Amino acid sequence: MKQRPVADLSTLPSFGVGPRSPTWWGTLGFMALEGTGFALAAGAYLYLALSWSEWPLGAPQPNHWPGTIVTLLLIVSVVPNHILNRHAEHCAMTPVRIWLVVMSLLGIAPLIVRWFEFPALNIYWDTNAYGSMLWVLLGLHTTHLITDVGDTIVLTVLMFTRHGYNGRRFGDVGDNVFYWDFVVLTWIPIYLLIYWVPRLG
Amino acid sequence: MSSADLTSERDLPQRDTAGKGDLAPERDGPRDTGMDDASLQRWLTQTWRTPSGIVGALSSVDHKIVARRYLITAFVFLCLGGLNAVAMRIQLSGPRRGLIGPDLYNQLFTMHGVTMMFLFAVPIVQATGIYLVPLMVGTRNIAFPRLNAFSYWIYVSGGIFAWVSFALSMAPDVGWFAYVPLSGPEFAPGKRADVWAQMITYTEVSSLAVAVATIVTVLKQRAPGMSLDKIPLYVWAMLVTSFVVVFAMPAVMITSTFLILDRLVGTHIFNPAEGGDALLFQHLFWFFGHPEVYIIFLPATGMVSAIIPAFARRPIFGHLGLVLSLIAVGFLSFGLWVHHMFATGLPKLGASFFTASSMMIAIPNGLQIFCWLATLWDGRPVIRTPLLFVFGFFFIFVIGGLTGVMLASVPLDLQVHDTYFVVAHFHYVLIGGSVFPLLGAAYFWFPKITGRMMSEALGRLHFWLAFIGFNAAFFPMHIVGLWGMPRRVYTYPAELGWGNINLFITAGAALFFLSFVLFTFNLVHGAMRGVPAGDNPWDAGTLEWATSSPPPSYNFARIPVVSHVEPLWAEREAMPVATGLRVDARELLISTVAEARPDIREKSATPSIWPLLAAVAVGATFLYSIFTPWAIVWGAVPIAVTLIGWFWPKGDPEDEE
Amino acid sequence: MASAMACVLFLQGCAGWQSALDPKGPAASELAWLIWFFTGLCAAVWVLVMIALAAPLVLRSRQRTEPLVLDAGADDRKFRVVVAALGVTALILIGLTLLSFFANRTLAAIGSDAALTIRVTGHQWWWEVRYENAQPNRILTTANEIHIPAGEPVRLIVTSTDVIHSFWIPSLAGKLDLIPGHMNVLDIEANKPGIYRGQCAEFCGAQHANMGTFIVAEPRPKFDAWLNEQLQPAAAPTSGEAKAGGDLFVKRPCVMCHRIGGTRAGGTVAPDLTHIASRQTLAAGTLTMSRGNLAAWIADPQGIKPGAHMPVVSLNGDELNAIVAYLEGLR
Repeated sequence: MKQRPVADLSTLPSFGVGPRSPTWWGTLGFMALEGTGFALAAGAYLYLALSWSEWPLGAPQPNHWPGTIVTLLLIVSVVPNHILNRHAEHCAMTPVRIWLVVMSLLGIAPLIVRWFEFPALNIYWDTNAYGSMLWVLLGLHTTHLITDVGDTIVLTVLMFTRHGYNGRRFGDVGDNVFYWDFVVLTWIPIYLLIYWVPRLG
Repeated sequence: MSSADLTSERDLPQRDTAGKGDLAPERDGPRDTGMDDASLQRWLTQTWRTPSGIVGALSSVDHKIVARRYLITAFVFLCLGGLNAVAMRIQLSGPRRGLIGPDLYNQLFTMHGVTMMFLFAVPIVQATGIYLVPLMVGTRNIAFPRLNAFSYWIYVSGGIFAWVSFALSMAPDVGWFAYVPLSGPEFAPGKRADVWAQMITYTEVSSLAVAVATIVTVLKQRAPGMSLDKIPLYVWAMLVTSFVVVFAMPAVMITSTFLILDRLVGTHIFNPAEGGDALLFQHLFWFFGHPEVYIIFLPATGMVSAIIPAFARRPIFGHLGLVLSLIAVGFLSFGLWVHHMFATGLPKLGASFFTASSMMIAIPNGLQIFCWLATLWDGRPVIRTPLLFVFGFFFIFVIGGLTGVMLASVPLDLQVHDTYFVVAHFHYVLIGGSVFPLLGAAYFWFPKITGRMMSEALGRLHFWLAFIGFNAAFFPMHIVGLWGMPRRVYTYPAELGWGNINLFITAGAALFFLSFVLFTFNLVHGAMRGVPAGDNPWDAGTLEWATSSPPPSYNFARIPVVSHVEPLWAEREAMPVATGLRVDARELLISTVAEARPDIREKSATPSIWPLLAAVAVGATFLYSIFTPWAIVWGAVPIAVTLIGWFWPKGDPEDEE
Repeated sequence: MASAMACVLFLQGCAGWQSALDPKGPAASELAWLIWFFTGLCAAVWVLVMIALAAPLVLRSRQRTEPLVLDAGADDRKFRVVVAALGVTALILIGLTLLSFFANRTLAAIGSDAALTIRVTGHQWWWEVRYENAQPNRILTTANEIHIPAGEPVRLIVTSTDVIHSFWIPSLAGKLDLIPGHMNVLDIEANKPGIYRGQCAEFCGAQHANMGTFIVAEPRPKFDAWLNEQLQPAAAPTSGEAKAGGDLFVKRPCVMCHRIGGTRAGGTVAPDLTHIASRQTLAAGTLTMSRGNLAAWIADPQGIKPGAHMPVVSLNGDELNAIVAYLEGLR
């Protein structure tokens, strides 16, 4: 078929950040499906909680303090996360490196406290369905936490190499910021389900 | 919008990101502007080719090569699943036949179900999308091509895993929906139910990845000018389907994960004795399971919407109505899962609500049927094999849809639920609603994929054999179901009088199977000896017909510019195109979501062996995890290594500016 | 229509003692009527769609040449037809929704005054049947065969102790699942005396296919007599062989699983055998009750019902004959 040029693309930029970039949309897609998974797990927890008049089932209430500390750490981490985002948007290498290191440490900190959260649940996963659901919810979020912290650390290392001087790498930093927000956001309902729903009744 | 406006329409508020911050200066390369066709072709072939050799082939990220592998693999699984069915039909051809015992029979129908649903139906509709969507939206590759290659490898390993288990007599024997407690730790000792659960995980990881890639391709990589109202209906169907996948498939992953936790580490989520609940499994499973039907059906409606205009020789009637009904079906499909559970004794009022919602989905589906019929009403359509299969689709699917309305009624469902009536119903829906359009689509797009035509005479013979065989096999199942025959029985007593009708069904099934043998012959014959097809053998109107058959690795020498929903019918003289992309790097065009205005010259990923290695690491982890939960811990190391290898920049022009 | 045609083709299939189309009780009659009504209406809709599909092939002969040249007036008329068809579709669906809602109410009203309550518990792969009574000594436990008085509603409370099963007697009522941890209620009524067959309708493992059950509806006096007989302890063996069989039964592993009222056999994980010979079938509808079948079942349960939980107990010929003679006397 013959061709008739009608448009010129040569002046377009070679990368974009945020909703302009396909990676951002891909990240959003994965958040949507993981969020659905979280929502269904939470739904399963509530389904079982509402089937029984007694909840927590055959166990003392969980000790909420380690979970509360994790929650505070995660909420606090949102501030440097967005400072990092601003620097990534401006493609400023030195502050991006610094704040990425900060974010790596702020990712590891809640993971350490998380280690103490499991015994604080006051029940094992194989005691009964209530215990199973607590461990499943906490495990599901921990998996996301580990994955994203790993991702942040790899990205931090990458930004210290020559490959960092690239618009798309700064875009990757932005997407990492976006995903960390998701990890923080999904924790809040899970925190309430695990520690505060058993205290309602 | 006239295509000349496009250059000015690009004046979005853009930041000049390239010139600021700590960025290496962009390395520029030769552009296609003003380049003659021969050099352009040479450059693009060099840039976009899949490397040669075995490693090269395994590294391919070309959406067409990956899709072709997907299609062939899914077809192989269709044949295997079909052989399962033939074996079952031979056993059921008479009362108290002793050819196949319950142990094998229960594996057979479970493997038939999981193969057809997870290894054939979903992969084949997604594979068709992987091939066609980038061509139809006028781009050079799918979004996230390495993820796409990865999902193929995961899918194959899941399929091999399931079928090797079957060969070792270790296949799941608990039905494709594997209800607990039957599939739980107490009543399903051994590894069979674990195979079910992990096989689900493999295939769901792969479909979710493809769905995300498809969504981003449609939203961000459309040709300039292809605003939302000019997206072909098939692409709309794939977009809606992908959204349904994103929100439905996590449910089955949660279900299978819960099951495997119950079985492997002793949780009690589904154990009624320890505070769990068996019905929770059914709610979670059908929250996926009902949308699953539409995941299989919606792409097929897209195929019907692509085939009908080509042979009715006019654009589809009610384009907007069809788009809206696709979206409506996508939404409503999440509100009907409970109608699979009417016999579980749910509260009456809740059940009635689900009757109403299940009936309601017939309205958008009805609208689609009416719009297609209205399209066919202008003059005499050109009757070729693809359209014959669309007629077969109408004949069969409408019956399936109407028996679906019957099943939506709570009281009526209590008589036919879990009987052969339901078996008949969902084969009418799935084979009529999806396989017939797929067969039509095979005849329709085969020339594009191979460059050759399939035989029309054999095609017609194939159609009639399939049509008669299908109806002979499945129509009598409605009746024998009403006569009281439950599904999933490996035998039945003679005195119930189901013998003759089952013999008739078996004969029909044999005929139906034979039609696929003929189809296979026609495929092979067409690929080797078929008449050369040319770019656009049907004189159809969408973009995939604008390029050569088969398309080159880069799809389009220059990105087409779109001004009509059937661009090839609107621009008969010359294709309007955009210029200015680099030819020494894999550049494609990123456009805006709604208006499809050109926005970014994005680099597309180069071939890489890492997706295969990552798939091997992930696949081995899943496999190992049915033996010990520690597999997740040990598997994390190779998975992390392969993923870092995958994403670490290699210094190609695509990675470095 | 199609079903009538098929009936001609497969004549004996319409015998129908396990058929939703051959109702013998008020619930099944209501449902059969509903099935025929839906079928008729759906068939009519289908025929109309097929006519609309065939029309352009039959009526018009000209093929279009210019794909983008459209007749705006014709498309307007089509638009009106499509909207009208959509409206009719919506009305039909609303009508069918209301119809099934009212049918559901009719079904719910059937058993409201049931005098007899029977608890049916599903097991892999047989049915435990317990006739509830306020007096503990009038509670009867039997298996697989459910006797009910004809012309009276009976309440069934159904549950399971292992996997999910589904209780379904097509000629009397729709099915209901037996789910561990859940109690479901199904009301049934047979219009006339007769034997109605049913079988498990939810896949429940290896022998799902051989999990039959029978409802035996009898006139009230006959039913009462049956109940009183069944409440008696097992008949004492009369012949020497049967006596030997009885002794063998309690010495062998049989007692681990089966109960025989009035003897030391008190197992509860398998069917109660106190009056086994009064039942019409063996192994949940798998074999008809006869001396030969009893012997065959005891000698080779895994050959007859592969995967069933009844193990092979090694017995020599004389021992087998003795046990069969004993069981045959348990009327």
